[in-house]
Amino acid sequence: MSVVIIGAGHAGSQLAVSLRAEGYAGAVTLIDAADALPYHKPPLSKTFLKDPAALPQPLRAASAYDTAGVERRTGMVTAIDTAARVVMLDGEALLYGDLVLATGARNRMLPDLAGAANVHSLRDLADAMRLREALAQAQRVTVIGGGFIGLESAAALAGIGKSVTVLEAAPRVLARVAAPETSRHVQETLTGLGVTLRLDWTGQGYRRDGDRVTAVLGATDDIPCDLILVGIGAVADTALAKAAGIACNMGILTDAHLRTSAPHVWAIGDVAETPHWQAGAALRIESVQNATDQARHLARLLSGAEPTPFRTVPWFWSDIGPLKLQIAGLAIWADRRVMRDEGARLAVFHLAGDRLMSVETLNSPADHMIARQLLESGRTPPDAVMVEGAAALKAWLAQG
Amino acid sequence: MPQITFVEPDGTRREVSARPGESLMAAATRANVAGIIAECGGSAMCATCHCYLIDGALPEAEALEAETLEFVAQNVQASSRLTCQITVTDTMAGIVLQVAPR
Repeated sequence: MSVVIIGAGHAGSQLAVSLRAEGYAGAVTLIDAADALPYHKPPLSKTFLKDPAALPQPLRAASAYDTAGVERRTGMVTAIDTAARVVMLDGEALLYGDLVLATGARNRMLPDLAGAANVHSLRDLADAMRLREALAQAQRVTVIGGGFIGLESAAALAGIGKSVTVLEAAPRVLARVAAPETSRHVQETLTGLGVTLRLDWTGQGYRRDGDRVTAVLGATDDIPCDLILVGIGAVADTALAKAAGIACNMGILTDAHLRTSAPHVWAIGDVAETPHWQAGAALRIESVQNATDQARHLARLLSGAEPTPFRTVPWFWSDIGPLKLQIAGLAIWADRRVMRDEGARLAVFHLAGDRLMSVETLNSPADHMIARQLLESGRTPPDAVMVEGAAALKAWLAQG
Repeated sequence: MPQITFVEPDGTRREVSARPGESLMAAATRANVAGIIAECGGSAMCATCHCYLIDGALPEAEALEAETLEFVAQNVQASSRLTCQITVTDTMAGIVLQVAPR
């Protein structure tokens, strides 16, 4: 009996220690490409960028793996043989009882910019170190993409005195993940921090000097830059699974129990495309919560618990300068929204007909926390209660 | 470095050397204090660093911490704190925090 985990991000690390906590008795091997104690990724686009002395924040102490009897291995897995139940780790054959793919995702890059010396993206510690080092020599920073990573970084960089321009192809930032009212608040805040926002941006190419990009060319004007940060999303790291003949779509396909198409092979975290109870379809969700909750769920299954489908209320957060954006649930299928805009705080309730699907808030943790409980309960409060406030929602929920 | 005592869920007392400037949660995580999960890494999202202050004094909770505690955590008491939201200072030497049950 043994579990081999490929990938030591939030999902892989959590699974390794949760297996033991659930009473799993076999060997647990956690393989990572990088030789570093697994760390928190979210701070890399915030505090880590601002402070040249900031260290990565470990998910847990090295002793936590030792106590749990987890063997940590560094190296590249080059192949999986699902029939023989073997993975090849830098030429060494490792047998497994169960194999867990927690290989995560990698950033999309604009093909025209790939390889340029002053072009960056941000996902792992190596990216963040390289970016932070380059920032010391850069004043004008152009961020391509107005999503979470781009905006968090833009706010952080404006905060340390950089001249930051964000280029976004859509008419508003966060267009795919948030309501227009949320986007408007975020845009006003970023502008207040000194960030220049260029919405509806259509790129016309780049100006280059050797291996550096010196300007992004637009339809009406050019944006000169010392450094470019590309934040246009990520694609699941499915190469290993595909080569092994495991069924993939956008991610590695799993059933509701996190099983892949190959026996004794499972997938969790950013790479897993798993049926979602709110969406009624398989989805790949990139979040810390999804990664760690799937890890704990799988730890229970592999430790002999009665199989139950994975089902949690998703939650997300993004710290954009002074704004704390919190999202509970998935707004997928939502067709109307109820709003409470108090200026300094915002709560947007997304509904599909009469059913609450998702709540996004700015600087209103009370609403966020109660929203998670509401979504868990499956109950939808009357519009008037949502408009009234978090205390009213809490009281309504307590009435049962 | 101020010494902070964490009482783990099973009653074990753990004395931890905290570095001024880091959060109490970070100090506890570094020392592998049982019961401090700190899943969100210090963003006041998960409340898995919830402790009770049982001896000593701390600065008052700001809105983010206070609201999160009030609306999320189980077993909230008047002494409840989210240790990820508290920055260690030298004056905190000797305080005792009990890890809250979940």
